[in-house]
Amino acid sequence: MDAFIRSVQERILAAHSSKSPVVIHGGNTKSFYGAKSTGEAIDVRGYAGVIDYQPRELVLTVRAGTPLAEIESLMDQEGQILPFEPPHFSAGATIGGTVATGLSGPRRAYAGAVRDFVLGTRIINGKGEDLRFGGRVIKNVAGYDVSRLMVGALGTLGVLLDLSFKVLPKPASEVTLRFEMDESSAIRRLNEWAGQPLPLSASWWLDGVAMVRLSGTNAGVAAAKQKLGGEQVSHTEAAEVWRSVRDHQHPFFQTAEQTSTPLWRLSVPATTSMLALGSKQLHEWGGALRWLAADVDADALRAKIAAVGGHATLMYKRGSMARAFHPLEGKLAELNRNLKVAFDPANVLNRGRLDNVLI
Amino acid sequence: MAAVLNDSPTDEVAQDRSIHAKRQQLARTLSQFLPASAVLTVAEDLLPYECDGLSVYRQLPMLAALPSTTAEVESVMRAANAQNVKVVARGSGTGLSGGATPLADGLLLSLAKFSQIVRVDPLARTALVQPGVRNQKISEEVAHLALYYAPDPSSQIACSIGGNVAENSGGVHCLKYGLTVHNILKLNIVTADGVSATIGSDALDSPGYDLLALMTGSEGMLGITTEVTVKLTPKPQLARVVMASFADVEKAGEAVAAVIGAGIVPAGLEMMDRLAIHAVEDFVRAGYDMDAAAILLCESDGTPEEVEEEIAKMESVMKAAGATACRVSRDETERMKFWSGRKAAFPAVGRISPDYYCIDGSIPRGALAHVLRRTDELSIKYGLRCANVFHAGDGNLHPLILFDANKPGELEKTEAFSAELLELCIEVGGTITGEHGVGIEKINQMCSQFHDAEREAFFDVKRAFDPKMLLNPGKAIPSLHRCAEYGRMRVSGGVMPHADIPRF
Repeated sequence: MDAFIRSVQERILAAHSSKSPVVIHGGNTKSFYGAKSTGEAIDVRGYAGVIDYQPRELVLTVRAGTPLAEIESLMDQEGQILPFEPPHFSAGATIGGTVATGLSGPRRAYAGAVRDFVLGTRIINGKGEDLRFGGRVIKNVAGYDVSRLMVGALGTLGVLLDLSFKVLPKPASEVTLRFEMDESSAIRRLNEWAGQPLPLSASWWLDGVAMVRLSGTNAGVAAAKQKLGGEQVSHTEAAEVWRSVRDHQHPFFQTAEQTSTPLWRLSVPATTSMLALGSKQLHEWGGALRWLAADVDADALRAKIAAVGGHATLMYKRGSMARAFHPLEGKLAELNRNLKVAFDPANVLNRGRLDNVLI
Repeated sequence: MAAVLNDSPTDEVAQDRSIHAKRQQLARTLSQFLPASAVLTVAEDLLPYECDGLSVYRQLPMLAALPSTTAEVESVMRAANAQNVKVVARGSGTGLSGGATPLADGLLLSLAKFSQIVRVDPLARTALVQPGVRNQKISEEVAHLALYYAPDPSSQIACSIGGNVAENSGGVHCLKYGLTVHNILKLNIVTADGVSATIGSDALDSPGYDLLALMTGSEGMLGITTEVTVKLTPKPQLARVVMASFADVEKAGEAVAAVIGAGIVPAGLEMMDRLAIHAVEDFVRAGYDMDAAAILLCESDGTPEEVEEEIAKMESVMKAAGATACRVSRDETERMKFWSGRKAAFPAVGRISPDYYCIDGSIPRGALAHVLRRTDELSIKYGLRCANVFHAGDGNLHPLILFDANKPGELEKTEAFSAELLELCIEVGGTITGEHGVGIEKINQMCSQFHDAEREAFFDVKRAFDPKMLLNPGKAIPSLHRCAEYGRMRVSGGVMPHADIPRF
């Protein structure tokens, strides 16, 4: 593994001095995400394996190239989970890609995102330096929180090597409930429920049907189920539904793919009322995440979403010429650019992939 | 303790003159847009700002400003930037690592006037608050909505939310409910050049790099926070606490691991050792077991059904792990009584010793027994008593070293004891600070925890926000030069040489 690290360091040093870009990748299951970046490939899958997993510490340290499925299966044996329910999208997803994209699944609104569970990282920055930030303990305020900064940076600040996470026990009981309600009621009721001490762990809505998942102690879940009503979905169906929403296998996403329609990810304040955008939307996260499959004018859409306090990401371009990420303005654009330059002065790491950070 | 080493009397006079001139110049500029009462220049007015919660370090600032709007903060920062004056921001001044210790040639920027809760959105479960708002005031203000702000540092009656952001404060419930970084959504910051930026958003994520995470815990070195949007959490219907006694500290440590191993995430899980128990019991009569070598407080919260199930599980785990006694709070009054001792641990220790010094190392829980044993050995080595209070659930230690600052050499011995303990935390895979911050207090140990290129990367981050290095310079991240000095000091082992030289 040291040989792997040394070879990556050497390649990045060479890239840095010749200013020729490198493209960092794992299983390429999320390579659609962000702008296209070209350069010499660095395959992180050669850097795989669990470094340390102490279930009793609630801490997991793994190499970035470790397959997500392998980690989840190992944790399952210990009765634990990655609390942010990461999407795989397809077979071969790695934990490095999970952190680099920063994408979280259905539990996100209730348990937290990838960034909330990252405790430490070891990276190689754009100068070829081997750096460790954070650590393997749950509370740590020594130095700036560079570890969380890596989450969602799409490899533009460093090649991820070792990653430490806080993990959680798998809930003893899980129940999914189905409700019929229109879009406005869904937004209101899901937010009301989130404001009550209920063991919610996921929610989605589409076409007049909402589903919520309850996760917790047996007694707690049973009591919440009693309180909320609705129709209980079988465990098999529930597992399939949440997986299909998480991995974009649900018919809503599949239709968009088959018709080659661009897919927009709209991240908005959860209480934002119905968005009239010409096409129906699939809601997740109690209304805080809305998916739109439509070939729309990007600037107009982004202006509308920004007006309600959110941002729009073009998840799958499918022919659209728009930028993937919501533009940054003013001081924020400057701070983002400065950070990129700080970590990667020659702009060699995944150049241009984060297309709202302009060098 | 004086922070500046003067080379010669002549230099000192020249320095004083230069500071005086700089003070007058900046005060004049600030007076153009701040009322006279908001610009403080004379020593007696500046005295309240000479230290934060780490009062062994004291320094009068060159001057202080008390703006009351974001626009005023922008103007203050523009003026300071134009005149190349360093700026130290300050909230309630309860910080324990000297992060708000003033600079002799710097401006102290107090955010005390930013004390309004601007807006509460019950449906969205958020509150927009100004940075000077006290942590506990937020929970009080939204209590009628059955919501609260989850992070609860022990100083929550006094500490400000802006300071919480600067330090990424935790509290006794953070294993389950997270730290400040997990409970804030959006900030308005003013950067060193006096420009505002919105960091984060009212949505669950934002475009660009995660600057919200970077700002949290940055100890006032990247920007001045002038607005904070916090998440509000539904108040659990019920909370109960199990208080378990153990005949030795290691058994208590094993019980902590067993609770987590049983798949329980307690709302709070705290440990206290005998010295702390006795100090507390004499002070607040919390009903603690005076015969125990250690006690654990383990809390469950949620719906009545959840709590009943979890409490039963906790009790059986404690007993299996060798608890000599186990009591469960019967009602809210008794729960508060059990917690009163833990919450009063610091002042209680303050009663049995003229001074105490609090350490904040964080370790993997598995290393607990080893670290406690070494702490005992160090206590004997330095001849100083040490009470252990411990956020056991998340591995955050708070050994309190008891000393008397009036006895020559005791402070220096305490510092050496503390330095050795922090080095030990690093050695077992932990960190020198779990929640109090580095400030000036632990800056030397940053040299051990991070290597040169890592510390240089921190400086690169700082320069990305503050190219002139004017915001709280000299805190949190040590220079290469400083680390070289520290390296030489450590060689002698244990007690530092020239202990009489003032330093921080």
